[in-house]
Amino acid sequence: MNRHLISAADLSAGDAVSILDTAEELARLAERPIPKLPTLRGRTVVNLFYEDSTRTRISFEAAAKRLSADVINFSAKGSSVAKGESLKDTALTLQAMGADAVVIRHSASGAPHRLAEWVRGSVVNAGDGTHEHPTQALLDAFTMRRRLGRLEGLRVAIVGDILHSRVARSNVWLLRTLGAQVTLVAPPTLLPVAVDSWPCEVSYDFSAVLPSVDVVMMLRVQHERMTQAYFPSVREYSRRYGLDSDRMALLPDHAIVMHPGPMNRGVEIAADVADSPRSTIVEQVTNGVAVRMAVLYLLLGGSTGAEPAVAGAERVGATL
Amino acid sequence: MSATGGASGLSGWLIRGARPLGGEPADIVIEGSQITEVARTGQAAAAGRHLAVCEADGLIAMPGLVDLHTHLREPGREDAETVASGTAAAALGGYTVVHAMANTEPVADTAGVVEQVWRLGREAGHCDVQPVGAVTAGLGGKQLAELGAMADSAASVRVFSDDGRCVADATLMRRALEYVKAFDGVIAQHAQEPRLTEEAQVNEGEISARLGLVGWPAVAEEAIIARDCLLAAHVGAALHVCHVSTAGSVEIIRWAKSKGWQVSAEVTPHHLLLTDDLACGYDPIYKVNPPLRTAADVAALREGLADGTIDCVATDHAPHPSESKETEWSIASFGMTGLETALRVVHEAMVSTGLLDWSQVADRMSVRPAAIGRLDGTSGHGCPLAAGFPANLVLYDPAHVSAVDPAAHASRSRNTPFGGMKLPGQVMATFLRGRPTVLDGRLVR
Repeated sequence: MNRHLISAADLSAGDAVSILDTAEELARLAERPIPKLPTLRGRTVVNLFYEDSTRTRISFEAAAKRLSADVINFSAKGSSVAKGESLKDTALTLQAMGADAVVIRHSASGAPHRLAEWVRGSVVNAGDGTHEHPTQALLDAFTMRRRLGRLEGLRVAIVGDILHSRVARSNVWLLRTLGAQVTLVAPPTLLPVAVDSWPCEVSYDFSAVLPSVDVVMMLRVQHERMTQAYFPSVREYSRRYGLDSDRMALLPDHAIVMHPGPMNRGVEIAADVADSPRSTIVEQVTNGVAVRMAVLYLLLGGSTGAEPAVAGAERVGATL
Repeated sequence: MSATGGASGLSGWLIRGARPLGGEPADIVIEGSQITEVARTGQAAAAGRHLAVCEADGLIAMPGLVDLHTHLREPGREDAETVASGTAAAALGGYTVVHAMANTEPVADTAGVVEQVWRLGREAGHCDVQPVGAVTAGLGGKQLAELGAMADSAASVRVFSDDGRCVADATLMRRALEYVKAFDGVIAQHAQEPRLTEEAQVNEGEISARLGLVGWPAVAEEAIIARDCLLAAHVGAALHVCHVSTAGSVEIIRWAKSKGWQVSAEVTPHHLLLTDDLACGYDPIYKVNPPLRTAADVAALREGLADGTIDCVATDHAPHPSESKETEWSIASFGMTGLETALRVVHEAMVSTGLLDWSQVADRMSVRPAAIGRLDGTSGHGCPLAAGFPANLVLYDPAHVSAVDPAAHASRSRNTPFGGMKLPGQVMATFLRGRPTVLDGRLVR
């Protein structure tokens, strides 16, 4: 596995499966009375968040703490990127403090690539602009595999603002690597012009796609896209690309509904769909912690030589 | 190359054995500011006279290069470049004159500012500085700058450009094209439809889609070029298109020229060699406006330059301090330095590939840009290497190969995308009106 996790496209099938299998072991740990491993004791994980994202930050924080790492939360939100301390200087500061891993969330695509040039520790991309969000894709794959038992051959529709979605990008690369078939569904304005170069199908017709998929993943649509003329109105968007109960009825019985959150209930997803048994939305959050533990474990755990102290962790060690 | 004697106490220079435009070796005699003789090697009548000798065996002699598109940053951003440092870089690149773009602080939109820049160039002495005047006051795109006053100033401005910004308003562009006809001016357009390129970062296509960076579509350049060609035709005026970057633009310009319209165009060295996939590491050293395009665009630009559709190479030398590039891609400044690498890049992209010979390189980098910049008259730039013409020339070693070392550049800025890249060639000497500004590859103080 690479030193960093910056793009899902960098993961080999072996790397990805190793993360998912490790996450599976670690998820079992959560069922123990004391769900904590000493693996990363003495290591420092910095959460460097330039964007508000309570759910992702808390997920990474919980993951690091369950592995006994020291966690430093560095919220740079408010210190404007343009006029505050530069990312480079922040990176050098974190380096000087001895960060073993930096988890970065940033509004600029590619910020983790830049950071990786300036710190010696591992860089984990927790979402960069409209580029990628690899741990989200990993937790999505983990959730699909748990619910449906496999990834190979799964048919997955990703629906919504593909153009601006880092979740969609990471999922396209990761699911392709893991053998699933992806169909992107969106109005043409919300697809990249060169989407035909991506390893997936594209459809403008949501209802036509639904009967033949195992997974439908809804993406959040931002209201400001309307003023930028990507679509005429939120209501029209919702009618054509929203998932309501009528559309959900077109899905095969076994199919699941996913959403990375936060949801716009009543826009891309109807409330009764979000709350239906098909919905994995809450599970995704739970699974996020296990997957992020696995990522930190595999990026940092191997190099310490730290001995796992409990039986569950020994099994984890055996999967590496 | 070796130069002996210096010019002190001697009446001029004997350049021995250089190959004018890559042809047969010859001796070039310079007396005062003029070339007085060009003869077969060893047969110069002036050889016996009291001349400093410049051994130029194997070197190619070309008229001094002319850059239509340089950002010297002074006044306002002397941390990035000054007229002195920028013109030193130009001389080391083989240039004898550069056109200084108007987007300084204050903007070069009055006779006062253009005269200041012009005067700073004369004082530095490394090469001539021909200021470009802004088209609109403050580059604001709302009202015309005092174009006539700049034309009539000591700087004799003939090229006007809001470069960095597009003159997007069609009526304003039409008026500018018309107005400068009165003094044989030309409007150099930065073709970029602003609404189609809001927040744009990289060429729109496979790479922008993958990187999640806002795309800069080719159509945003091509739409403006098409409009401006039609406007230039309608009012019978001269349009120059800055930094053409797409295959579609080349086609439109080829069509406009086939109509006989007064349209000229330039391409930058970086657009002749580099492609948009270099953005994949998000290193803003590759961030430039217009953006690096695809391999198909590069091929079309090379073909356009070779067949003359694109008249010339212009550097768009755009120095920036390191902190403007050591950032996230989206907040980094656009631009690359180019003066010190331009000829080498053209050698690599156009000569090594067999698309241009050296006489054509001289045409695209000296003769034609001098004509577009209205410098071919009394200034003596872009003139033949022949007796009776001002001695503006460059001696270039085509056999040399080395990696580009940004730290060795005379520019104050280090934002070259060619750092570490192995490129052919080296500028060995530059003469400005008979006076060497560069000898043995080093700046003459």
